[in-house]
Amino acid sequence: MCKNGLPTVGETLLCSRSNSPRPPAVTGEATRCTASLAGRSSRRMTRRRRRRPPSSGSSRSRSSTTTTPARKPPPPPPAPRSRARPSLSRDRTLTSRLPHRSEGGSGPLVGCCRFRPSFPRHQHEGANAAERYKIQILAVVLSTTMISQDFWVSGVCRYTEEALGLSFKLLEINPEAYTAWNYRKLALQHNLKELSDPEAIKSSVDAELRVVELALRQNPKSYGAWYHRKWLLNQKLAPVDFKREYGLLDKLLKVDARNFHGWNYRRFLAKFMGVPEEKELQYTMDKISENFSNYSAWHNRSILLSNLLIQRSEGFESKEKIFSEEFELVIQALFTDPGDQSGWFYHLWLLAQTSTPDNPQLISSWPSNGAKLSLFPTRKNGDQNMVSSPSSICCYSLKEGIIPIVLYFNDPVKGLNPSNVKLNSDFVFDKDLQWRPLVITDSGYSNCWATYLEIRNKDCSTSQQFSVEVSIPCSDDIMSRSGSHCNCPVHFTFTVELGNNNDEAHDIDLFHDPISWSSSESFQSHGKPSCVAFDQLNITSALVQEESRWNLDRLSDEIDLFRDLPDENSKFAKLTLARLLLACAAIKSRGSSLIERKGYCEEALGFFSDLINLDPSHKRYYEDERSLVLMDQLTCDMETFMKYCSVQVRSNSATLNHVQLCRLSLTRIGFTERMLWVQMLDLSHNKLRSIEGLEALQQLVCLNISNNQISSFTSLEPLTKIVSLKALDLSFNEIGAHPIDTTRYMCSSPFSHKVERCEAFVECRKKSVNVEEFWDAILFFKSVNLVQLDIKGNAVADKDSFVTVVTTLSPSLKWLDGTCIH
Amino acid sequence: MPGGESHAGQIFCCVGALAITGSLHHIDRDLLGWWLCERQCRDGGLNGRPEKLADVCYSWWVLSSLIIIDRVHWIDKEKLAKFILNCQDKENGGISDRPDNAVDIYHTYFGVAGLSLMEYPGVKPIDPAYALPLDVVNRIFLTKQQ
Repeated sequence: MCKNGLPTVGETLLCSRSNSPRPPAVTGEATRCTASLAGRSSRRMTRRRRRRPPSSGSSRSRSSTTTTPARKPPPPPPAPRSRARPSLSRDRTLTSRLPHRSEGGSGPLVGCCRFRPSFPRHQHEGANAAERYKIQILAVVLSTTMISQDFWVSGVCRYTEEALGLSFKLLEINPEAYTAWNYRKLALQHNLKELSDPEAIKSSVDAELRVVELALRQNPKSYGAWYHRKWLLNQKLAPVDFKREYGLLDKLLKVDARNFHGWNYRRFLAKFMGVPEEKELQYTMDKISENFSNYSAWHNRSILLSNLLIQRSEGFESKEKIFSEEFELVIQALFTDPGDQSGWFYHLWLLAQTSTPDNPQLISSWPSNGAKLSLFPTRKNGDQNMVSSPSSICCYSLKEGIIPIVLYFNDPVKGLNPSNVKLNSDFVFDKDLQWRPLVITDSGYSNCWATYLEIRNKDCSTSQQFSVEVSIPCSDDIMSRSGSHCNCPVHFTFTVELGNNNDEAHDIDLFHDPISWSSSESFQSHGKPSCVAFDQLNITSALVQEESRWNLDRLSDEIDLFRDLPDENSKFAKLTLARLLLACAAIKSRGSSLIERKGYCEEALGFFSDLINLDPSHKRYYEDERSLVLMDQLTCDMETFMKYCSVQVRSNSATLNHVQLCRLSLTRIGFTERMLWVQMLDLSHNKLRSIEGLEALQQLVCLNISNNQISSFTSLEPLTKIVSLKALDLSFNEIGAHPIDTTRYMCSSPFSHKVERCEAFVECRKKSVNVEEFWDAILFFKSVNLVQLDIKGNAVADKDSFVTVVTTLSPSLKWLDGTCIH
Repeated sequence: MPGGESHAGQIFCCVGALAITGSLHHIDRDLLGWWLCERQCRDGGLNGRPEKLADVCYSWWVLSSLIIIDRVHWIDKEKLAKFILNCQDKENGGISDRPDNAVDIYHTYFGVAGLSLMEYPGVKPIDPAYALPLDVVNRIFLTKQQ
């Protein structure tokens, strides 16, 4: 036969094909095969220590083609040999070896992969082993011969008793042989055509149900078995036996309360039979009362409650009442057994339900209300001294005739268009202004939206001034994911000053000399940096205040409760406390000043520091959370924030609003809605591996992310959205040092089917650049238009061809690693 | 299916499908990333859902999902690598689902694939969505460009 005394899968097929082109011989063949194999196997088994033959435990979707000879035409998907499940249920010794799980369901299949059981490595041999081996071989042979085309395919396929009997035998041993289930479906449909007597029909259906039950006894997690049962019910051939169905479920869920097949079927059944959700809710309550650690029951509870609340069913009209009761319930669970995770996850779900904003609101914009944009706000006065006009903002994109307008909401929204975001101005704009989400998103939802006004000063000889009013009346179109819409109208106005073409402003060359990040030529901005927007778009509606009150009270009670949790080292308690505090911060500041957040942030920071020590495996998660809270803390208070802000003056008197957030151990950034006005941002010497959020900074001209942990060009995609970005310092990062790119699918590329043809690839190939090596660099540089780039200290910079890529795709590039390359 | 409990294997199927169709922005990556990183057990291995045992195959389902949504730094890679290596059968070769169990190709594959995703030295880099070597995927997609 083959090595090891076992037929290879291919050989088995060949055996069946060549020896029995027609089915009738199958049984005989099988017996012969089995007998000989069994004989050989028992001899062999006593020699080897390994308990069972090597298997290729793959699923139906991953065919074990490893042993199929290549020269033959591909056979029908062979049954992976270990489909047969030896009857473990009779052998408890195996299970006693597995670590015991305390919650319901420590049956033999706990911890098993889908299609094969797990075995301790050096299992005692015994009579059982040979028996099991025999059954396995039988199953393999049956599976493979029975799915050979000759047997199943039409023309030959008669739905005989014998064939059905075989399929039953097979499924009893191996419920994963889904071809057999399908055969039974076809057989049933065929045979029913001849039956009209309801009793006979019911009897057929019952027989099928019985097959499923026996299959489930073998493997309670068999996809094929459960699907067959669901299919049967859906045929509506006979009335459903309530008791039988729920009896089966009860039995199975008692053995394994986490059997998600059972729970899925339960959800299906309840819907199918019209069982009221309140009743199912009670069942989850029963399961939870038996054992708090029942994640599946808590999960089902969350689904049922969501439905009941959405439908506003009787008794479920008040969100507050229901959630208060749920909080009581889960807190009981948590205090009884804080070590179990189920309650903590459920609690976090509850928190999310009660602390997301009910209606999305605009929280920030650029330009802000009352802003005056021009190209040259700082002027030299009569004595040739620098004088800044504080209310005027230098908008560098005006040089190219573009004014971005950025809208930032507190929740991702979709549906912005010119009919619900109205622009009103004396200046005539392009009618087809498009509002686009700044994050590339197929879903259409984004916190941050932008449009680009194109300004062409038609009259070159004089300077012009005009105002633009942006208003968002209440609209049903602008919606958040939960389906709620903007219910608070907002509007703001800004003015634009266009100089004439003879104005010095048009000769601004910011990059006559390279931008230096440690320039001494800067001064502190006086008062607020120009166009800080976030305090000016407050939500004042009374309705919002009322909902907030209940939430805030609830959250404060919880915080007090969890503080008193006896277990000092419960990571979930600390994490929950941090999240509760931040939820409070969000609610408190909705409708009032951001500075309300400060105290909560400080306390949350403490918890995240504790968590880094308490749960070191997840250290970098807590560092990310900590970074976000730190950014919140630094930017929510104007006074604190001002310490990080300045105005940098270039040699030709051009100014840049400068923010420095260096050496803060930041791993990610957030709250960028408070920095929409920033033109020069220094984030160097942190631990950033991501710059998500920066795409909102549409005024950014210069960015320094040197000395961080950026590991790929794909992670820099947010920068490709910033039209005004001209100077980028990427030096001393990790680009090119990592073979695995963790943002490979986050960006637009051929791999995500978002880039079909790329001219830049063609161009680079012509210059002998290996596109497979530099595809990410190519996609990045073709989407930005840098004048200044620093990239030394990255592995990629040392590669041949890299400079070619950069210079080919950056026509405006003047400064590369400090050298002028014009 | 809608209404069903979260499970790492099914998560991979969804995340992988969304990845190769450029649709990852449908996902709340912070929420999913946190749920996934909580799959790491005390022994360093990953489980498929809360209160379950770690299993080497989840080194693929969970790890590749985390990589695709750029949250893999939220688990302790060293501990996971140690767990995978502990699942080897050092006498006969291969990797099993958990230490001291019988090996099989399925778990050997996913153990090695997991090590690859963690840039374990000597292992060829693998693409997290297609589960093929990176150079193969790059060649297929980028050669098409001509």
